Amino acid sequence: MGQEIAAGMTQDTPLIIDIAFWIIALSAIGSSIAVVQTRDLFRAALFLAAAFLSIAGLFVLLRAEFLAVVQILIYVGAISVLIIFAVLTTRDVEHGNPSNMLRIPAAILAILFLVVASITMLNTDWNLLSQSDAAAVSGVEGEAGGEVPDLIPSIAELLLQDYVLVFEVASVLLLATIVGALVLVRRGSG
Amino acid sequence: MSLENVLLVGAVIFAIGLYGALSKRSAITVLMSLELMFNAVNITAVALSHYVVPTGPASLLTGQIFAIFIITVAAAEVALGVAIVIAVYRSRQTAFVTDANQMRH
Repeated sequence: MGQEIAAGMTQDTPLIIDIAFWIIALSAIGSSIAVVQTRDLFRAALFLAAAFLSIAGLFVLLRAEFLAVVQILIYVGAISVLIIFAVLTTRDVEHGNPSNMLRIPAAILAILFLVVASITMLNTDWNLLSQSDAAAVSGVEGEAGGEVPDLIPSIAELLLQDYVLVFEVASVLLLATIVGALVLVRRGSG
Repeated sequence: MSLENVLLVGAVIFAIGLYGALSKRSAITVLMSLELMFNAVNITAVALSHYVVPTGPASLLTGQIFAIFIITVAAAEVALGVAIVIAVYRSRQTAFVTDANQMRH
């Protein structure tokens, strides 16, 4: 059953989507490697922004447009700027990006993780959705004619009904972060 | 573009982030590698919510909700991380994690 649905879904993906996926995936992986391997920290931060952008493209391909926008706003817009700011303030640029003595064990551990994760996911029997299932479960009617359903109202409902407690806890977390960051940075000057 | 392809991309990015976080001396590179790992987890969550039939209390968008909260936590984490790096740099004139060893012994 799962196999048939899987075959149906792979046939449904147009070639152009496949090409776009591989371009975006390669650019995300390439930028990620550049982040840890570039000698210049400032360039590493720029490559990090490129990796975030590619991942936003991946979200669009996975039908998560809202997340793609959030990703660009928060990661590319805020976190990259914060990290570039930190690089420039600490004058780390002059020292380059050296490794500590754990380089070989870290590489072995990372490769081990990759192998285990790949084996696990290839041997799992995923219960895949078919396209009509997806439209039915999300409660969107306008599936005929290949119309793209709008998922943002459903996300808003979930956030403010089922997950409202987590939503409020997140606001407390952000408040604590603001206070904590201010205290940390102020103590040095006072 | 199948579920396995997307999960593989997520796993590769997570492994790169893991290697960077464990093997680099600069605290800022460690922070950047942590962000890569957060993003890899987000890719995995969104891919699973896009391709896999939800079971139990989960709905079709649960993975995306998870990703939203992960992004929130990651933003808080990087803000605090940068504040700590700057505080350490002010007191010790270094941003290398290997040099911040006051509490050893």
